[in-house]
Order: sequence, then structure tokens, then C-alpha cells
Amino acid sequence: MTVIETRDESLPRAEHPAAEAWRIFRSRPAALFGLLLLGIIVLISLLGPYIYAVDPFEIVWAPLTPPFETETAILGTDNLGRDMLAGLIVGGRATLLVGITAALITIIIGILVGALAGYYLGWVDDVFMRITEFFQVLPPLLFAMVLVTLFTPSLPVVAISIGVVSWPATARLARAEFMRIRGLEYVSAGRSIGARDGRLIWRVILPNALAPLIVSATLTIGVAILFEAGLSFLGLSDPNTMSWGLMIGSGRQYILDAWWVVTLPGAMIFLTVLGVSLIGDGLNDAFNPKLRER
Amino acid sequence: MTVLKVENIVVDFATRRGNARVLDHVNLEVNEGEILGIVGESGCGKSMTALSIMGLVPSPPGQLTSGSIYLEGRDLVGLSKDEMRDIRGNEIGMIFQEPMSSLNPVFTVGEQIAESVRLHENASPRAAWDRAVEMLRAVGIPEAEARAKSYPHQLSGGMRQRVMIAIALACNPRVLIADEPTTALDTTVQAQIFDLLEDLQKSRGTAIVLITHDMGAVAQLADRVAVMYAGRIVETGTVEEVLTKPRHPYTAGLIACVPHLQPDPPEVREPLLEIPGVVPSLTELGEGCAFAPRCNRALPECTRRQPVLKAESGGHATACWAVEAELENV
Repeated sequence: MTVIETRDESLPRAEHPAAEAWRIFRSRPAALFGLLLLGIIVLISLLGPYIYAVDPFEIVWAPLTPPFETETAILGTDNLGRDMLAGLIVGGRATLLVGITAALITIIIGILVGALAGYYLGWVDDVFMRITEFFQVLPPLLFAMVLVTLFTPSLPVVAISIGVVSWPATARLARAEFMRIRGLEYVSAGRSIGARDGRLIWRVILPNALAPLIVSATLTIGVAILFEAGLSFLGLSDPNTMSWGLMIGSGRQYILDAWWVVTLPGAMIFLTVLGVSLIGDGLNDAFNPKLRER
Repeated sequence: MTVLKVENIVVDFATRRGNARVLDHVNLEVNEGEILGIVGESGCGKSMTALSIMGLVPSPPGQLTSGSIYLEGRDLVGLSKDEMRDIRGNEIGMIFQEPMSSLNPVFTVGEQIAESVRLHENASPRAAWDRAVEMLRAVGIPEAEARAKSYPHQLSGGMRQRVMIAIALACNPRVLIADEPTTALDTTVQAQIFDLLEDLQKSRGTAIVLITHDMGAVAQLADRVAVMYAGRIVETGTVEEVLTKPRHPYTAGLIACVPHLQPDPPEVREPLLEIPGVVPSLTELGEGCAFAPRCNRALPECTRRQPVLKAESGGHATACWAVEAELENV
């Protein structure tokens, strides 16, 4: 047997690409701040209702009481005399749930369409891309409004509608990645050991295409949250489920007399989207091969 | 015993400027435990020959127009996709030019070898992994158990090519196609990979088709050689015959182009030889010999009719009118 080259004698620690990404992510203060921010908001939404058990629909005090005037409703009341703090705590659940569900739908449809189009090319690509373009040319907010009004406005309907209008961008991204990677040698090598198409698509190409898709999915959560707020603001959401968007929507007439009714839920939405975006940026850095030290 | 026999294969590519005949009636034979070298310039059809054998000619635009490829007597042309998939990696293995990009960056090398095993054998994950470690050991990687858990980017080029060889040989194929396996590697590492291929070929009896543009590699490794030009085989024979007594002007040119290490003084340096002209476009091949425009021995005949391989003693065959004329006059 031949003698092996002398390079590489010490075994480097095997670091999974994901572990490497986490190491870079961890080194970004902004990304960590985003994670912290979103973590706190998720924690409040999950646990808050048990600690501060006030029904957000219950009238507790005089309408439009400013914050810090009564201990019963520390952050004031809205136009119906409902506790703002209770609304902010419970409202996060619906908002986050819709955001995450919509992003999941987006990423699943996007990857499915993009993977098949980018791998098979030819007529498959043509068909899928025409469908994608059809969805892309429709104004998304209007389209989502139509979908929500066609069915009963409820959280699942809102989440699905947002997902259905926002997948084309992800599909195009996935397609571009698949087109790039399918020509690389390790895909040919996979083919040369007898792997079938399904295996090449999901086990060989997808793991390598995932990084930008994860970043895009994260950012989609932020977009979906804003979307949900917009739909609620327009009254196109479930009126029986408290959400930040709903709070803004029902308080919008009183914005000049009672700033807190709109500003407080608005700030929550802002902080959530900020947290998500910072995480997205951090992931973008973490997956960027140029920023990795080898 | 003949393991692999390529008979008169023709591969056409539809291009914007018309049909390009990438392979024109290529014939090859590889015997058990033998190393066949295929040499030629870039674009002469070496790699396309490999892809044809693997059933991986990109289609469209490519197409295997006619011919047969026999693996131990069984014609691979016309097999279904599934049957062909079963042969790839199992009965024919292939290694590629770029070890740097031929491995999937997100899986450990052990996982990738094990995958090759599991695609063709009903092996448990544990058994496949053990085989992966065993293969790494067989291709001369030290600390194989620990190395199996490495990611490709943690290995040097030579190591990665060893891993590629391990993947290709994991199912003990009858034939290994090595498509320029050392082009991207340092000279010293090249020699190690050649040694390894030779060892494996001896210990496992795998027939190897070595595709290269490196005459030195052929001289060192191969038993027989086929020289390709513009999609045709222009000369074939044993390595001794072809390298010491090249018949075809193109083969002679290729051998003359290999630089020799020269001692001082520099004043007496011979200039490097080259073959004048460029490889013709495959869409513009005329009636005659494709090499005629660059050939210093071209006869009027050469531009009119295509020469065919004519065998002389010892299986040495040449497709050249000038050579034919010369041999007849002797």
C-alpha cells in the first residue's frame, strides 16, 4: 500500500455544517439580540396568559383609559374598556401562529415547485414557472383579501391565504439553487453510483440548497406577520380571536385621542418583525460560505 | 475474458449549428483485470465514451444513435432506466476529474460510501458503515474509523480522490471508469493515486478504463491504449507497441509533445513540439480524415475518404491512409 501524503495528519474535529453555522450566528450580536427579542415575545405569548389570566375580551374599566392610571388595567383600556395588557399578551399567539404557519406553507410549496422545476427543467419547468408567474403578477394583498372573503375569516384561512400568495418568490429561489446545484459534479457522482431522481433531489441537492431557503423562510415569517396585521386591520380576520392586528384595526378610529390603543400592539408587531429579521440576517451570515473560516 | 465490449457506438448531439457526431463508431474492449487507457485532446470524446458506458449521455441534446455496449455479454444499450441504475455503481463504478467537487459537502465521507453500498445491497446501516470504514482502509486512508466521520472539506485533494475511489469500488464493480482521475492533483499525489489504482486492480481484479490526456499516466499504468481524435479511435494497441512505435501521425505528435526533463545547459534546450492547428468543430467534419488538415503526412486521399482501423500484427490497429500505404509498400 502506498504511503499517504503527510498533509492532514492531525485529524480536524469533524464539524457538521450546521454546527459551523451556529458558531458564526453566535458571534453576531445583532442576531443574538433578535433571538433574544423573539424568544421573549414567544415566551410571553406562551406563558403570559397563565400568569396574567385576564380575558382580553372582558370589559374591565372605563373605555380609553390611558396607561398607568389604574392598577386594574396597567397599560390602559381600549375603546370598549378592555384590558390592553391582556390583549397584547394573548394577541401574540395568533400573530405568531399565523406568521409561522404561513411561512411554513410558503416554504413547502416553494421548495416543491422550485425543486421539480429546477431539477427536471424542460416542460416541467415551463409549466411550473407559468403557474408561479400567474401567482406572482396578482397583487398579493388584494389576492389574499379575496381568498379570505371567499371563506370564513378564521386563523387557518388567513394563514393559508398568506402562504398561497407568498410562495412564488421562494419557488424561484429554490429553482435557481436547484439549477445551479444539479450541474455540480457531486450530483453526477451520485447518479454514477445509481441514485434515483428522488434521492438526488431530496437527499443530495436539497440539503445543499437549504441555506438560502432557510433565510428566506425566516424573513417570510416577518412578512406574514405584517400581512396578518394588515388583513386584521382591514377587518378580514377572525373577530373572535385576539391578535395585534385586530387591536390596531378596532382602535384605529381613536388614534388621535388615545395613542396607546394602536401604538402598543403596533410596537409589538414591530419588535417581533425586527427580531425575526435580525435572526434572518444572522442566518444569512451564518450560511454564507465567504464568511466561514476554514 | 472480455468484461466490457463497446461496439460501434455512435453518439450525436443536436446543436444550434447542426448535428455534431461526438462519437463515431467507437470500438473498445477491456479484459478482466486489465487497464485500458483512452487518450486524446479535450473534446475528442473520451469523457463521452465514459458517459455512454454509464448510460449517462445527457439527453437531450445527446443521443446514443447506434451501437452496443456489452458488459459480460449483456447489452446495456436498450436497458430500462431502472436496470441501468442498478448497474451504475454496482457493476460499473466511475470516478471523476474533480475530487474537490465530486463529494457532497453536507455529508460525511463515511455516509457517502455507505450510501453507495445501501443503494445496491440490502445492507443494514451498521453493516454499510462498517463497509465504508473497510473501504477507506482499502484505499489507504489512515485512521479510517475517525476519517469516516470527516466532511469532504476537511480532506486534501488526494484524500478526496481516495474517497471517490472507495465510493466507486464499494460494491465491487467489474469495471471502474476513471475519468482523468489525477488531472486536478499535484504530481506526487498523482503518483500515489496511480499506485493505488494499480494495487486495487491487482487485488480485486477490477478492469479499469483510464481516461486521460497524460501519456505518462498511460505509459505507467495501462496495458492497452486507444487514441481518440474528433470522436473516433485513430490508433489502438498494447502500450509498448503504441508508445514505442506510434503509427498514426496524431499519436506520434502527442508523444512528441510530452516535454522531457532536460539537464543543463539551457542553450541546447529543444523547443517544445506542438501539433499545428486546432481540433475541428464536430459540426463541420468533412468526408475525409478529421486530422488531415493538421497532418504533416496527409495524402490527397485523406481529405476524400475516411480511413478505417486496419489491424497489423499484435492487435495494433491504425486508421490512417498514409500508414496503410506505407505498410503496403514494405
